[in-house]
Amino acid sequence: MTDNLSDQQLEQRETEFQQRIDAEEKIEPKDWMPEKYRQNLIRQMSQHAHSEVIGMQPEGNWITRAPTLHRKAILLAKVQDEGGHGLYLYSAAETLGISREELIASLHSGSAKYASIFNYPTLSWADIGAIGWLVDGAAICNQVSLQRTSYGPYSRGMVRICKEESFHQRQGYHIMMTLARGSAEQKEMAQDALNRFWWPSLMMFGPHDADSVHSAQSMKWKIKRQSNDELRQKFVDQSVKQAEVIELELPDPDLKWNEERGHYDFGEIDWEEFKRSMTGGGPCSRQRLAHNIQAHDDGAWVREAMRAYESKKREAKDQAVA
Amino acid sequence: MSTDNPVSQYAVRLADDALILGHRLSEWCSRGPFLEEDLALSNVALDYIGRARMFYGYAAELSGDDRSEDDFAFLRDCRDFGNLLIHELPRGDFAFTMARQYLVDVHSVAFMTDLQSSTDATLAAIAGKAVKESNYHLRRSRDWMLRLGGGTEESHRRLQHAVDELWGFTPEMFEMDELEKSLAGQGVAVDVSRLQPAWDTEVRATLAAANMSIPEEDWQVSGGRQGKHTEWLGHLLSDLQFMQRAYPGLEW
Amino acid sequence: MSEHMQLFEVFIRSRRGLDHKHVGSLHAEAHAQALEYARDVYTRRSEGVSIWVVKSADIVASQEADCESFYDPLDDKPYRHATHYQLPEEVDSM
Repeated sequence: MTDNLSDQQLEQRETEFQQRIDAEEKIEPKDWMPEKYRQNLIRQMSQHAHSEVIGMQPEGNWITRAPTLHRKAILLAKVQDEGGHGLYLYSAAETLGISREELIASLHSGSAKYASIFNYPTLSWADIGAIGWLVDGAAICNQVSLQRTSYGPYSRGMVRICKEESFHQRQGYHIMMTLARGSAEQKEMAQDALNRFWWPSLMMFGPHDADSVHSAQSMKWKIKRQSNDELRQKFVDQSVKQAEVIELELPDPDLKWNEERGHYDFGEIDWEEFKRSMTGGGPCSRQRLAHNIQAHDDGAWVREAMRAYESKKREAKDQAVA
Repeated sequence: MSTDNPVSQYAVRLADDALILGHRLSEWCSRGPFLEEDLALSNVALDYIGRARMFYGYAAELSGDDRSEDDFAFLRDCRDFGNLLIHELPRGDFAFTMARQYLVDVHSVAFMTDLQSSTDATLAAIAGKAVKESNYHLRRSRDWMLRLGGGTEESHRRLQHAVDELWGFTPEMFEMDELEKSLAGQGVAVDVSRLQPAWDTEVRATLAAANMSIPEEDWQVSGGRQGKHTEWLGHLLSDLQFMQRAYPGLEW
Repeated sequence: MSEHMQLFEVFIRSRRGLDHKHVGSLHAEAHAQALEYARDVYTRRSEGVSIWVVKSADIVASQEADCESFYDPLDDKPYRHATHYQLPEEVDSM
């Protein structure tokens, strides 16, 4: 898109582009945009899409074992939604001139990332509650903010996703609530799940603003609307009350109300663990990727068959016309 | 755990069919050949799980004690499950899943259409909802039969293999035992033996259109309605029932 | 075009009396299949009473470069907008 522009013209366009962003105008697919804006968007949207799709696995792990038929239907519908959200996001990314195949290929090659939270195993039914409550809760904080992102298709996708996700966090919290009010064994199960998922949920917001490679530019372009630390704080603040109501304990001895800031202070995240799980060293990293690759490879003959069938049909039709 | 009320017994069978097939379909979630199809398969699975809940719910109501849909689903063992065997076979590859779905869908559309005129108003109402779902399922599975049959050499081979492996499980769909005969006599149950000729005609036409050869009719297996299952069902139940067995009597 | 399924744009009429509205896109091999997947993908909460699918490649769109000649001439007719007319307050909800 930037091919035939002189440096001066390019600078002019970039200025106009930034003015448009500053005026809260949305950028649409056919608009001129800086190549780096496009790249940055593709990176963020594809990471988001991959997270939705890989995120189907830890919860999918309990679909066949859900404890009641009602919970089973809810969970299957929810995991299906995650797949749908991945699809919306892939579609939105495709408006930037990259194909879904390319996006999937970069997931499989390891060059594209997804949220490291999904590299943790779901060991008990309570983990399904914890994921809904905390992981979806954290995701929703982020997504609500992204409804105002500067790129039109991304923003519209987010509006749709937020609308659909409203039940996800609530069903997770409802599972935790039921367990916390159940038998001693159930309560223990719930607390254990909370202990394991709390810190990884905080990591979902990414590195501190000061350490975040892409943050500043993303904020300037309004791809991101609130910083990692702002969103993380919002999430902590809302979770404290929610945990209190169901009498579970957030596993952070440093957590306390700070009157002056009007927010909760909380402990430091183990960033070494974050890095490890991000770069493929999470407990289930290899399993998650292998699962997705396997499904894709197992589906190859199906996709080929579809293609072959439709092209035979088209040929037959063309011949009939001729 | 069984129930004495014949209509309740009948409803449990139909619920078992739906639950077990829904379970197999739900195993596809996150494993579909592409995202669109993954979502579509989950939709079908959800329809079946919903159907199971309606039939179990009615069976529970008729049984007259305080049993719930979950007691039926999670607290009975193999011998008490009355689903047709075809539903419990492992999901296999995509060709197997779709071929089974097609064979079952053709049956299901005819079955639910008939059940809509059951003298039992609740069964008729459930069938009214189910027939709409099954019509959609059938459109999908029939399309896939044509695509896989007429696609590549590999898809054709896989589909033929699936049809061959499934064929001997299909006659069971048209068997009537004493319970069903008696209920059909009262206009409550569907006389499935009467559905066979139309099923046969339609399935053979689709197999021909999909370039499939009709399998030899030299074997057939049945017994599901009497609780005589394949070995697969026990493993399915150990997965399905794990929570209720490991932590009995709790709210979830 | 090795691995590519075609891209389709999906439009949904959410209620009778409303326009079809663009909701997103999906991949399929043919129109009929796209329509079925649109149902599974975009109407899981019964959002639709009618669905259109259109091959993305078949959409003819105005280009950024045409923008000025395309839209500017339409922008000088404020009298087409209701707000153009100042009416007495008593009847201003007209």
